[in-house]
Amino acid sequence: MQSKKIDINLKIWRQENADAQGSFEQYSLAGISTDMSFLEMLDVLNEKLTLEGKEPVAFDHDCREGICGMCGAVVNGQPHGPEPGTTLCQLHMRHFKDGDQLVIEPFRARAFRIEKDLVVDRSSLDKIIQSGGYVSVNTGGASDANTIPIAQKTAEQAMDAAACIGCGACVAACPNASAMLFVSAKVSQLALLPQGHPERRERALSMVGKMDELGFGNCSNERECEAACPKGISIRHIARLNREFIKAALFSE
Amino acid sequence: MTLDAKIPSGSLAEKWDKHCFAGKLVNPANKKKYSIIVVGSGLAGASAAATLAELGYQVQVFTMHDSPRRAHSIAAQGGINAAKNYQNDGDSIFRLFYDTIKGGDFRAREANVYRLAQISNNIIDQCVAQGVPFAREYGGSLANRSFGGAQVSRTFYARGQTGQQLLLGAYSALMRQVHLGKVTIHTRQEMMDLVVEAGLAKGIVTRDMRTGAIASHAAHAVVLATGGYGNVYYLSTNAMSSNVTAAWRAHKKGAFFANPCFVQIHPTCIPMHGDYQSKLTLMSESLRNDGRVWVPKKSGDKRPPDQIPETERDYYLENKYPSFGNLVPRDVASRNAKEVCDSKKGVGETGLAVYLDFADAIKRDGIETILRKYGNLFQMYEKITAQDPVKQPMMIYPAVHYAMGGLWVDYDLMSTIPGLFVLGEANFSDHGANRLGASALMQGLADGYFILPNTIGAYLSGCAPGVPDKSARVFAETEKNAEAYIARLLAIKGKRTTDDIHKELGKLLWDHCGMARNQSGLQQALARIPEIREEFWHNVLIPGTGKELNQSLERAGRLADFLEFAELMVTDALDRQESCGCHLREESQTAEHEAKRDDEKYAYVSAWQFQGPGESPILHKEPLTFENVTPSQRSYK
Repeated sequence: MQSKKIDINLKIWRQENADAQGSFEQYSLAGISTDMSFLEMLDVLNEKLTLEGKEPVAFDHDCREGICGMCGAVVNGQPHGPEPGTTLCQLHMRHFKDGDQLVIEPFRARAFRIEKDLVVDRSSLDKIIQSGGYVSVNTGGASDANTIPIAQKTAEQAMDAAACIGCGACVAACPNASAMLFVSAKVSQLALLPQGHPERRERALSMVGKMDELGFGNCSNERECEAACPKGISIRHIARLNREFIKAALFSE
Repeated sequence: MTLDAKIPSGSLAEKWDKHCFAGKLVNPANKKKYSIIVVGSGLAGASAAATLAELGYQVQVFTMHDSPRRAHSIAAQGGINAAKNYQNDGDSIFRLFYDTIKGGDFRAREANVYRLAQISNNIIDQCVAQGVPFAREYGGSLANRSFGGAQVSRTFYARGQTGQQLLLGAYSALMRQVHLGKVTIHTRQEMMDLVVEAGLAKGIVTRDMRTGAIASHAAHAVVLATGGYGNVYYLSTNAMSSNVTAAWRAHKKGAFFANPCFVQIHPTCIPMHGDYQSKLTLMSESLRNDGRVWVPKKSGDKRPPDQIPETERDYYLENKYPSFGNLVPRDVASRNAKEVCDSKKGVGETGLAVYLDFADAIKRDGIETILRKYGNLFQMYEKITAQDPVKQPMMIYPAVHYAMGGLWVDYDLMSTIPGLFVLGEANFSDHGANRLGASALMQGLADGYFILPNTIGAYLSGCAPGVPDKSARVFAETEKNAEAYIARLLAIKGKRTTDDIHKELGKLLWDHCGMARNQSGLQQALARIPEIREEFWHNVLIPGTGKELNQSLERAGRLADFLEFAELMVTDALDRQESCGCHLREESQTAEHEAKRDDEKYAYVSAWQFQGPGESPILHKEPLTFENVTPSQRSYK
């Protein structure tokens, strides 16, 4: 595809810090190459603002390869923007037209505090993992890696779940700001693999419990999370989480 | 000061065992009375922190990210090596050792590399036990692939996301220790300085990136696992915030910096497309297993690839290196790509690209097989370039990828500052002048899971247990210096942005201290770097204040360190008048224009000692001796 230049209008959420009142600011950029990534477009804006003596827009990002999970904003109502299966850093300007207006907001959820502009605090996701998203094994005592055979299909399904990058788009997309897709991805990965079996009951109960405690909402089958997930995590994992949770709740001692 | 790497005596295979036995242990009941600071939460940092906590130590982890899971280890695609010999294809610990030391062009320590190969097997066991979903065969056993120049299949992988899965494994182990109260995580903190008291590392001073608050943290030992310095070139495959700051500031406090000129240029990256480009994206070199690299035979041939007939294509790697073909090591592949582009055979809009073609592989194995292997890489490529590698060949070009150089460490992974340990890419230890594919993950995890936890005890057993004290004057002074430094940066209020100056530095280094170097180019760079640094300190424009989330200030602080580090890198490159590993020194070539190493003069690790701003650093040489392998001139023909 030939690259071309487009002009765009931006309406970006500006908020000085967690306690400040935020509001939208309007900016326009001319001559944006369609080969640019969305974040490179924000870089261009920030360079311009800096040289004009204004405060650049704060936004989180790091690897710019769609894997670290650090970037993310809501673009025209969609977390990570309009392209399915794409993080914001992998979204390119060729998906927009000359003269488009882009409304850019932070991921909003009760459990995500806004730190500044588009930067949010997602440490609640770490807290959920801390409550049981692991196999309790110390370094050193592992048996030979080929001791436990795992069917290729099972390993692939576990990998599908493990592909979650912890960006929080699922939470931002959910009308209830639920983290069910995030929780289910980890529970599912470890429920599929034999290594995760000894702790599967406690894991399901405590991770869901922690999610509730941190102020995430419930799942009401809106499927918005799946649509927004840049890694294509399926809501089938939520179904598996529900099975795990019910089994654990009914049969635990 | 003489460098003592403290390599244990005895045969290669016994050294590590002997060393573990010889080292003093900390009484299990006393471990909780020792606290350790770990800076960085990538593979090396997270695995070290989790394991140290499992052993009973009190651990504090500092990361500049919002979560420890963001570290750039997560972006490693291809895989992790281990000498399991599950494929029965002739692999062994000795072969992995040999390949790694040869791949590093005989510029690494035998003992370190052998230990790495020994430990490689434990890493795979550990990761599988954690639930890392490695690829499997139908029968349920682990799958392997051959990777980056290896003639055996010893690479374990999880699709194209091996780094992610291994990091999440280490991260989950770390989260478990947080839950158990053995690890405290400090997110969004940048390390401003190392605190050294009476010659020992005693703690760090940090800046809270949300509030700007400067704080001291004391410990019995400090572990840096802060990654590599590839971003000194501005454009690299590193994450945007990857930096040299923690390592550099430790260097200024007395830690020697080793082999800073050893930088790996990765052959398979997506070519650059414009001035606004913020980073380069690597495509896993596993692609070279099935993709064929070519350019048009005729210079300046601008026809689209499908209109260039087979007879007019130059499969230059296959032709030049018949036994390795497209799987030659990274430096050979990179240098040849640059060479064909320099001779105007490059393709694409910029002419700075070569084709990586899957047409034959698709014909041979079917599209499904190829997509199963590379589907996610193809998607990634298409997202960035809007081109489908199934329909037209990929375009690739080399990019700065990995820093083999780093802080000097001894066999215990301790730097020249007692109490300061350095792990992973941040140290220089195992890759010599060139890192083999799928070896970075192996080294990061070997350092963190298995080496440091077994060596740090010997140091700690010599320290008094108890709550570490941060009341010493040196902490307050270091804090004051950090405050003053931030204030000085903010006061410049010049006319150029940090990125603008960083791009200038990056281009200078890419042109003169990249894949191919020569004396006059390096001297030009050496003359120019202080001028750019001067420009930075007089003309950079940093908006905002120091008491808030200020990403411009963070970037400026990193660039300030890169501007000092760059000078050391070029100085080191000037000293090393041999071609070696990743780089070609133009004055040192064979008659066939291949790299010529000079073992007589340069079989040493260069370890640089800081002498003060603007002063010439002192070079210390750690001689490299080879008792178990015979250094050979690499030939992949």
